[in-house]
Amino acid sequence: MIVLSDYLILSAVLFCISMAGIFINRKNLIVLLMCIELMLLAVNMNFVAFSHFNNDITGQIFVFFILTVAAAESAIGLAILVVLFRNRATINVADLDSMKG
Amino acid sequence: MKTIYLTIVLAPLIGAIIAGLFDVSRRVAHTVTIAGVGISFFLSLYVFKYIVIDGGAIFNETLYTWLVAGNIRFEVGFLVDQLTATMLLVVTFVSWMVHFYTIGYMHDDKGYQRFFSYISLFTFSMLMLVMSNNYMQLFFGWEAVGLVSYLLIGFWFTRPTAIYANLKAFLVNRVGDFGFLLGIAAVLMYFNSLNYAEVFAQAEQHKNTLIQIIPGQDWSLMTVICILLFIGAMGKSAQFPLHVWLPDSMEGPTPISALIHAATMVTAGIFMVARMSPLFELSPTALAFVITIGAITALFMGLLGLVQNDIKRVVAYSTLSQLGYMVVALGASAYGVAIFHLMTHAFFKALLFLAAGSVIIAMHHEQDIRKMGGLSKYMPITYWTSLIGSLALIGFPGFAGFFSKDLIIEAAHHAHEAGHLGNAGTFAYYAVLSGVFITALYSFRMFFLVFHGKERMDHHTQHHLHETPAVVTVPLIMLAIPSIFAGMIAIEPMIYKDYFGHAISFEHSPFAHKHFVSLFEFMWHGVKQLPFFLAMAGLITAILLYWELSFIPPFFRQIPAILAKKLSIIHQIMLNKYGFDRFNDWFFAGGSRNVGSFLSSAGDATLIDGVFVNGSAKLVAWFAGTVRHVQTGLLYHYAFAMILGLAFFLGTFVLYGSKLI
Amino acid sequence: MSFNLLPIAPEIFLLTMACIILLVDAYLSDESRDLSYQLVQGTLLGTTSLLWLTFPTQKTFILSSLVVIDPMGALLKLFIVATVFVVFVYSRNYLKARNFFKGEYFVLGLLATLGMMTMVSAHNLLIIYLGLELLSLSLYAMVAMHRDSSQATEAAMKYFILGAIASGMLLYGMSILYGVTGSLDLSVIAQKTAQLDGNKTFFAFGLVFLMVGLAFKFGAVPFHMWVPDVYQGAPTSVTMFISTAPKLAAFAMLMRLLIEGLPAMQAEWQQMLVILSVLSMAVGNIIAIVQSNIKRMLAYSTISHVGFLLLGVLTATQTGYAAAMFYTIVYALMGLGGFGMIVLLSRAGFEAENVVDFKGLNERSPWYAFIMLILMLSMAGVPPMLGFWAKLSVLMEAVHTGYLWLALVGVILSVIGAYYYLRIIWMMYFEKPLDNEPIVTTPDMQVALSANGLIILGLGMFPQALMMACVGSIG
Repeated sequence: MIVLSDYLILSAVLFCISMAGIFINRKNLIVLLMCIELMLLAVNMNFVAFSHFNNDITGQIFVFFILTVAAAESAIGLAILVVLFRNRATINVADLDSMKG
Repeated sequence: MKTIYLTIVLAPLIGAIIAGLFDVSRRVAHTVTIAGVGISFFLSLYVFKYIVIDGGAIFNETLYTWLVAGNIRFEVGFLVDQLTATMLLVVTFVSWMVHFYTIGYMHDDKGYQRFFSYISLFTFSMLMLVMSNNYMQLFFGWEAVGLVSYLLIGFWFTRPTAIYANLKAFLVNRVGDFGFLLGIAAVLMYFNSLNYAEVFAQAEQHKNTLIQIIPGQDWSLMTVICILLFIGAMGKSAQFPLHVWLPDSMEGPTPISALIHAATMVTAGIFMVARMSPLFELSPTALAFVITIGAITALFMGLLGLVQNDIKRVVAYSTLSQLGYMVVALGASAYGVAIFHLMTHAFFKALLFLAAGSVIIAMHHEQDIRKMGGLSKYMPITYWTSLIGSLALIGFPGFAGFFSKDLIIEAAHHAHEAGHLGNAGTFAYYAVLSGVFITALYSFRMFFLVFHGKERMDHHTQHHLHETPAVVTVPLIMLAIPSIFAGMIAIEPMIYKDYFGHAISFEHSPFAHKHFVSLFEFMWHGVKQLPFFLAMAGLITAILLYWELSFIPPFFRQIPAILAKKLSIIHQIMLNKYGFDRFNDWFFAGGSRNVGSFLSSAGDATLIDGVFVNGSAKLVAWFAGTVRHVQTGLLYHYAFAMILGLAFFLGTFVLYGSKLI
Repeated sequence: MSFNLLPIAPEIFLLTMACIILLVDAYLSDESRDLSYQLVQGTLLGTTSLLWLTFPTQKTFILSSLVVIDPMGALLKLFIVATVFVVFVYSRNYLKARNFFKGEYFVLGLLATLGMMTMVSAHNLLIIYLGLELLSLSLYAMVAMHRDSSQATEAAMKYFILGAIASGMLLYGMSILYGVTGSLDLSVIAQKTAQLDGNKTFFAFGLVFLMVGLAFKFGAVPFHMWVPDVYQGAPTSVTMFISTAPKLAAFAMLMRLLIEGLPAMQAEWQQMLVILSVLSMAVGNIIAIVQSNIKRMLAYSTISHVGFLLLGVLTATQTGYAAAMFYTIVYALMGLGGFGMIVLLSRAGFEAENVVDFKGLNERSPWYAFIMLILMLSMAGVPPMLGFWAKLSVLMEAVHTGYLWLALVGVILSVIGAYYYLRIIWMMYFEKPLDNEPIVTTPDMQVALSANGLIILGLGMFPQALMMACVGSIG
């Protein structure tokens, strides 16, 4: 029998992985975008699990919205990435330091 | 009515703004300001009729709440009662006359528009002061008239003497304002309100309140408040020992000497004390203080008028002395009399100043009376109006000053007899009594030296002497009229009737229970009294000593010089104005500059600037320079910072259950 | 269940017009692009008047209580729309000179405005999230609009990544709240939290994540790292947009989530806000001192202002919220003016981005130097400017609720902070100009900027009306 806490732990683990990915990865911006997706998926997992165990449908509706927004978000993220690449010819995270201090 | 009151205040302000802020021509400048003040004057007439004559409703309303701090409200509001209506009339009338006069007096001045802007601004400030219904606005008006006075004393800002004079006026007034502000603070602290009506309503409860400022010393709250407020009045109304700025303020153009430093602003202190009469009535100690200061000023400043040779300074010392009279009336609880004298004095003193200005114009800005003489035949209008002004000033029967001054002396006499003020009352009585003689002497000394006798001016000036133009003489004539009649008309209603209603405290007035029989009776009574004989004696002395009539032995004319020689020590002291200026310059100005330069070099430059300010600034800058490197510009560091923040919050509030702070 | 759409007529109107303008703009040539601008401004004016007409007198819940309509929200929305209007006025010439006077800019701005208005009125976690994302996505795109600028795209990337992380965290917090209470409705959440006694750990867990999302939106330390980089890198007109109106929306979101949704967790969020507030005031004011780029300096200045406005919220009293709201509105006004001045001094091929570009402004134009003087004094909190009253009111509230030490810290830090504002004043009045090019501007910009400065001065003299409006709308 899979209980609520199993889902929650799984989602927490996903969330942690995504966060670790964000600050450990110093090479590729695309990996950052993937990490963000993963983070949203962790949240979705939470919502679905709660929705199921609470017998309440709104959580799943929320997930639909999150998925939609995430799609839009990826679109914008990739667009910015393209523009950035055209300007700099690199998508290395460590190169993004022209402004600091 | 609200609109009317607002218009009275705002019309001069609008005039001042147009004349001052926009680059307008001379004609426009004087037209808008005269129109503004004219509107105020006619509306004031209407208000006077409405409130005083028809007994219309007294207006006491808050128009605008500026801000609320806790339960203290800072408001703009008007209180228009009989006292205010009277002041409105005096202020706007004199101001209006001075506006006209200025067209002639400042004719060739480069700062023409600026001048008009200032005097209109002054009128606005003074109206705000007299119309206010709360201490905050009173203080605003108080400071605003002070500011304009400062600007006008230094109007000719390229003259070092003018700069010195306005700095002096500014500093001396700060001393007074300090007391005034403390007084207002005390009112606020104990009454929890700035509104007059609310404060007066509670005043009775605090009659016996004692406070300890120095531990172990019980002081009456009302005495402390009243004396502090009166210190403010001493600064503004130039009472001893804060009188030193007024003679020097004569560095300003003559129209403002007439308007600000004789007729209106300097009477703000008198007005304020009359307005606060419900408070002052609760403290005999404060009243004794008031009457003493007034008496000293009345007597000793008059004496100085005897030795001055500058035509404006003679009038200035006369103003000081007359202000002293008003303060004596206040101290004797005869607030109505003080306002009465304030009013008559405003007319005849403005007249005297403007006449002096007229003489100065004719003399090509020569102000030394020793270089004048015999002007009567060149300037008949100035001559006759000056005569009227002088007779009013010395209290010649029938003229305005006669009634008001006689009443002040009677009030002082009453204070002397009643004895509730102790020796202060007795001193005041004799001081004002002897003041009468001195007033007559110095007034006519100046009058004869200027208008009669040999023509002592140089040939060139003499050649060009002629009467001044109509813009100058018409205001003189206009002011001469109330200088004669204001006393007769106003005495019965103002002093013996319930003229002021509840505007000022009346029950304790020495005249509260007396009856006025008739004008003639009053005058007949007056000429049988000592003051009249003293005035006549002063007048006759002046005639003997200074009027070069053929039947007076020339010996008399040498008496002043002989006296000056024989009593050279006293003469020197008087020429030095009792040494106040020198003492102030040496002790206060010099002393504070020494203390200041010591603190500046040792305390400020080394300790505060060196260690605290620059030291801490360097420390902060160094710290900032270091901390900014945390902002590396790298995305993963930023994300890491967020995650650290998250972890910190999680650690504090989830693991340790939140009791961090 | 009612489907009364009238209260959200302004939002519907705005959305419709945004779509129409997007279509119209596609058919316009570059020469006639001004039409889009005029349509956009007309839309904002229309929205304002609709807001004015539908101004509520009391709190009502509509659309199955997804949306709340109350005076506070309406007032904030009014200010948001007005702010955006002014931002567009300031932007027009700036965009034209840089060749990206495009319809998209304005449409994105309108959509961001819609997002903000949604956030303000949201009474449901889902709606809050949608409003927030609508705002954020529009802003990411606006920052990146200057496609040829390497700094702008870098800023956009940073803003996007960090913003996405923040909204991920916010969502995670929301999911926890949903899990514990079983509802997305703020009223239900408030009820459930109040009933829950004893162990609040799980709630605190969710609250922390929510707080991170909120703090990010405000730019409160330590979630402020994006602020300086984005402010500096984005085109000035976009920086102006980001720094003003969204703060009003963020304030509303804070009020909805914490005060309406989680009053039972007050002890916890108060302490979190204390930490955020102190850190923001300190970091903002101190690091601003060493900045040479004025946009970056204003970014740190914003961070410090956020610290002050959180000071009002953390008192958890009605008057404190009113003071914070007053502060937010005042801040938006000052931010508009500050960035407006930078826009004014910039021209084609030259960005007046450095503090030294303000040198000798008094010689070049005494009037604008005077306006800048007002703005800087106001930001520094010098009486009688509006900024002084804003600071005073939050500090007073802090003192009244027993946070004397916090108020003292605030005062000390604002004294330190006064340095960098006064430095600009010094440069404007006492140093020689570095560049003597005439200032190019248009009448609408002149009027708006002058009015902006004078309003700050005028309201500083008479702050009562605005304060009363804030107090009235909260209470």
